[in-house]
Amino acid sequence: MTVAACTGCIALAPSVETARRGVPDTEAAVYLALPQIRCAACIAGVEGVLAKLPSVKAARVNLSAKRVRLVLAPGCDVSTALQALNDAGFDAHELDATALRPANDDAGRHLLARAAVAGFAMMNVMAISVAVWSGAGDVTRVMFHWVSAAIALPALAFSAVPFFASAWGALRAGRVNMDVPIALAILLAAATSLYETFAARGAHTWFDAALSLTFFLLVGRYLEHRARATARSAAAELTALELPRATRLTATGRETVDVAVLMPDDRIALAAGARAPVDGIAETAAMVDRSALTGEADPVALAAGDLVCAGEVILGAPLTLRATHRAEDSTLRRLAALVEVAETGKHRYSGIADRAARLYAPVVHGLAAVAFAVWWALTGDLHHAIAVATATLIITCPCALALAIPAVTAAMTGRLFRAGVLLKSPTALERLADIDTVVFDKTGTLTEGVAVLPALDPDAASVALSLAQASHHPASRALAASLAVQAPADLRDVVEVAGKGVTALWNGEPVGLVRGEDGPELHLPDRCIPLPLTETPRPGTAALIAALRAGGWQVAMVTGDTSARASALAAKLGIDQIHAGVLPHEKVDLVRGMSEQGRRVLMVGDGLNDTAALAAAHASLAPGSALDAARVASDGVILGGTLGTVAQTLSLARRARSRIKQNLALAAAYNCVAIPVAVMGFATPLMAAAVMSSSSILVVLNALRR
Amino acid sequence: MNILIVLIPVSICLGAAGLIACLWTLRSGQYEDLEGDAARILLEDDMWVEGEEG
Repeated sequence: MTVAACTGCIALAPSVETARRGVPDTEAAVYLALPQIRCAACIAGVEGVLAKLPSVKAARVNLSAKRVRLVLAPGCDVSTALQALNDAGFDAHELDATALRPANDDAGRHLLARAAVAGFAMMNVMAISVAVWSGAGDVTRVMFHWVSAAIALPALAFSAVPFFASAWGALRAGRVNMDVPIALAILLAAATSLYETFAARGAHTWFDAALSLTFFLLVGRYLEHRARATARSAAAELTALELPRATRLTATGRETVDVAVLMPDDRIALAAGARAPVDGIAETAAMVDRSALTGEADPVALAAGDLVCAGEVILGAPLTLRATHRAEDSTLRRLAALVEVAETGKHRYSGIADRAARLYAPVVHGLAAVAFAVWWALTGDLHHAIAVATATLIITCPCALALAIPAVTAAMTGRLFRAGVLLKSPTALERLADIDTVVFDKTGTLTEGVAVLPALDPDAASVALSLAQASHHPASRALAASLAVQAPADLRDVVEVAGKGVTALWNGEPVGLVRGEDGPELHLPDRCIPLPLTETPRPGTAALIAALRAGGWQVAMVTGDTSARASALAAKLGIDQIHAGVLPHEKVDLVRGMSEQGRRVLMVGDGLNDTAALAAAHASLAPGSALDAARVASDGVILGGTLGTVAQTLSLARRARSRIKQNLALAAAYNCVAIPVAVMGFATPLMAAAVMSSSSILVVLNALRR
Repeated sequence: MNILIVLIPVSICLGAAGLIACLWTLRSGQYEDLEGDAARILLEDDMWVEGEEG
């Protein structure tokens, strides 16, 4: 195994050399997420586009992580690279490098190194064991035992450290964990074998058993580590995606800057529904949602001069924030740490497995002790009694049980990540498996808005721009984008009401950009101008609806828009359940009502008016373009421009659930068969190690298969 | 049987050579982008290296 891996790796070596030369490690690097890259042509395309740019000194695509690492020429900005990639058709997002802490997987590498040493020693000792078991006699046999001991003891001392450390930690805390029987079995096998080697009576030694046990457990441990690392990197990617930019107010206007360069006393404009990028002081009264930091669902009212923490979501009125801390010192890092803790957290099923393991640990030791006592009393053969006890310890260890869930989670989270879906809640996969009804928000989720503007006089245009800039609603964003050439008007008391629109005072008179009968309307003191929007469905939406219905999920659409417009779109997409003219709080009631009827609802939405419904639903997803508030409230984020992955996510979640059940059944069945065999003395420690590891590997392979 | 005195060390050394090669691949970060490396053999020469050398 070792040798095969290595010839392959030697062949791969040149590409790593180029990677080293391509992107020097010493310079500050910028990372871009490329959710849609899949193949060699994409690598060539992305690196080709970047190679032509003078501002990029070096670039290297990582296809597994779907990222590109850039080194910029001094004084250059990443925006040209982003623009060039988006123009070339690659969906690129900048990632916050400090949140990523890239590729520093030392723990994983240490585990692999230990597994490699154990595997090497195991192969050599087993080769020698073949000679011993096939009947080498006298001096040769003793010599073979000495050679085996010389290989096995140093290898065990290095490779089995994780088990010893974990077992010792548990024992010191007065607990018993899964590693205690493992460590005990390894020690027992090594100690009896060493004794037999010294005694030179020609009895069997168990170095091979101790080594193969260590090797296969390390492989399992490494897979489990990968599971957690995948979940962690999804969390890191989410944090990194969410906050790389802020809108800074300067003497001349607004500018978009990197959050990392914000300094204390900078003034930052935050639209309703946006997240504070740094800690700061509110310049006006505001409502904020602290749920991401405190879990408290009710909005908190702030007066002018109150403190706003990074990560809090602004509700109601847009707010100007005066920064008090830099981004890296802000509370957001604490938030990122919280997300990470949540990611590595336990499942509902993991809870069952943990409890089983805890109940099981005393049973393992008890059984081994009983087997030892009975065999010693019956046969008077201490060596054989120890061998049976060791085999029992090894065989009863609930390792397959412990691997059953993380292996599945790892495989499925990784597959979803590759499909462009990041799950952030540890229980999301389980809840997604329960879903029977999918509710979509219309504007911004199923559709993208394109503004078709009538001719506006300069006053109307500048007021419309300022109002649109204050909101993150898709219609507002579309309007703001098409009016961007105008100079913004000076507005006061800007307030956004979810589901209604934005109102403000302009020269002391009320103006507003509000929802009308037929799309948004601009209200000026003396007149009212309709600003029609055409909506186009996102690409792949009709196919998604068809796939969901074919898979047996019910599909509903909920929107605050008029029923005529909603029905037209629903007919085009093939949705039969339409809830039009729904206000934000009614969206929540709708989702709750469905839950009370016993339906498990997946809410997919992107806006300020969806956040409550997202939180109330059994599970929720938000597109990558969604508002910060919606992304905070939802269980996962769909990257890339399409929603096509929703159906895939749901079916993968169902498959994950059935795999977990299969794995738990497999592990339970193994123990039922193996334990009696071991206790009755039919298994040698080597057989026990082989059987126990094969059950673990079987569980992992079941999780990894397609 | 004296041949064993030669054969056993030789077999261990060969295995150890494989082990050292494997540890080297780990240390030099060759497992960081397995999918990308698999795809890159289909590409022409690496453009960044060309740029630097040419």
